[in-house]
Amino acid sequence: MTMPAFELSPDEWTAVLLSLRVALVATLASLPFGIAVAWLLARGNFWGKTLLDGLVHLPLVLPPVVTGYLLLIAFGRKGAVGAFLAEQLGVVLAFRWTGAALASAVMAFPLMVRAIRLSIEAIDRRLEQAATTLGASRGAVFRSITLPLALPGIIAGMVLAFAKALGEFGATITFVSNIPGETQTLSAAIYTLTQVPGGDAAALRLVVLAIVISLAALVLSEWLARRAARRLHGV
Amino acid sequence: MLSVDVMKTVGDFAIQAKFDVPSGATVLFGPSGSGKTSIINMIAGLMTPDRGRILCRGRLIFDSGARIDLPPYHRAFGYVFQDGRLFPHMTVAKNLDYGRKHHRLPYDRAAHERIVDMLDIGHLTQRRPGTLSGGERQRVAIGRALLMNPQLLLLDEPLASLDAARKREILPYLIRLRDASGIPMIYVTHHVAEVRRIATVVVRLEAGRVLGVGAPETIAASTDDLEG
Repeated sequence: MTMPAFELSPDEWTAVLLSLRVALVATLASLPFGIAVAWLLARGNFWGKTLLDGLVHLPLVLPPVVTGYLLLIAFGRKGAVGAFLAEQLGVVLAFRWTGAALASAVMAFPLMVRAIRLSIEAIDRRLEQAATTLGASRGAVFRSITLPLALPGIIAGMVLAFAKALGEFGATITFVSNIPGETQTLSAAIYTLTQVPGGDAAALRLVVLAIVISLAALVLSEWLARRAARRLHGV
Repeated sequence: MLSVDVMKTVGDFAIQAKFDVPSGATVLFGPSGSGKTSIINMIAGLMTPDRGRILCRGRLIFDSGARIDLPPYHRAFGYVFQDGRLFPHMTVAKNLDYGRKHHRLPYDRAAHERIVDMLDIGHLTQRRPGTLSGGERQRVAIGRALLMNPQLLLLDEPLASLDAARKREILPYLIRLRDASGIPMIYVTHHVAEVRRIATVVVRLEAGRVLGVGAPETIAASTDDLEG
C-alpha cells in the first residue's frame, strides 16, 4: 500500500458523506423527542410510565434486525404509517436515506434519552421553585432553568446518539437495504467491501476513517461538555 | 394585610395555623418542626394546604372552598430562601433581572439603582453566583426578590447559613428594607436576636399551631434562642 492508497474513491466518499448526513439528521430530528421523553420519565408521574420507559429501551435489547423488520412493517410503502406518510405527505422512508436516518434514530434513542434523563434528574428542583416565585410559568421555568442546566447531559446524549447512528448497521440494512448512494452507509459499505475479492484496502481505509470520525466526535463532546460545565458553575 | 388560615397534614405532622398580621415585618418564630417553613411555603404557593384560606392585601390567593389557588408565579411574592438559590448558569445581573422579566415589568432604572445601591451589590453584576461569598449571595438573593416589585417579601431564615460576621453584615440591610421600602415582610427565624431587631409583630409557633401573636417585646425578654 502506497500513500495515495488513502485517497478515497468517489464511491467511498459518497458512503462517508451519506453516513454523516444520516447520523446528523437522525440526531437532530430525534432531539426534541428525546428531551420530551427524558423530561416525562424524569419528572412525570402518570399511568403507563413504566411502559413508556420499556418501549424507549426496547431497541437496546431487541436484535437490531428485529427492529429493522418492525420498521419495515410499519413504515414500508404498504405499512400502516408508511402508506399514510406517502399518500398524505408524500414522504417515503423505505429504501431511502431518510429511512436510514429513522432506523438509526430509533436505535440511538435509548442512549440519548438516558443521558438527558440523568441530567434532568440531577437538577436541584429548588432552583425551579425559586424561578416560579419570581414569576416564571412552567414553560418559562423549563426554558430558562431546566434546559440550560441539563445542557451537559443533552450534549452527551447527542454525541452518544450520533456515534450510535453512525455505526448502526442491522436495523438500517433490514429496513432500507444497502443501495450505494442512497442507503449504503459507512458500515454497510465496509461490510460490502469485505464480501468482494480485492476489497480489503478500501475496507481498511473506511475503517480508519470510521475510527477518526468517532474519535473526533468524542473529543468534540468532551470539549463542549467542559465548556457547558464551566458556564454552569463557572467563573 | 395578610390573613392566613390553613390546615395541612404531612405524614403524621399536622399544621393548623390561623393568624392575621398588619404591614411591617412579621416574624414567624418557633423551634424546628413548628411548621414555620411549611407555612411560608403555603403563602408562597410552593405547598398546597389541605384546607383553608389565604388573603393578602385584599386579594384572595388561596381558598379551598372556592377552589382558588393562584400559582406561585401569579402571586407576586418575593421569596428569599435560606440557601439563596441563585441560578448558577446566569450572571448576577441576569439573576437580578429574572423576576422583572418574567413579570413583564418595564425596566425601572431608578428603582433598580436604588435597590442595588442599598444592598451594595453593584460591583458584582458580571460575576457568577459560584464566585460569590455567602453574604454576597444572600444580598443578591434579596435584591432579586425585591426587583420584581413584590406585594409581599417572604424570608425563610435568610441568615441561617451565614456565620456571625456575615449575619451582622446582612441584618442592617433588612432593617433598612423594612423601614424604607414599605413592602410587608414575613420573616422566619428561631433566633431571638433577629426577632428583636427586625420584628414589628411576632407569630409564635409550636408543633404546627399558633401560640400567640404579639409585639416582639412579649417574648424577647424571657426566651432563649430555640433549637434550629
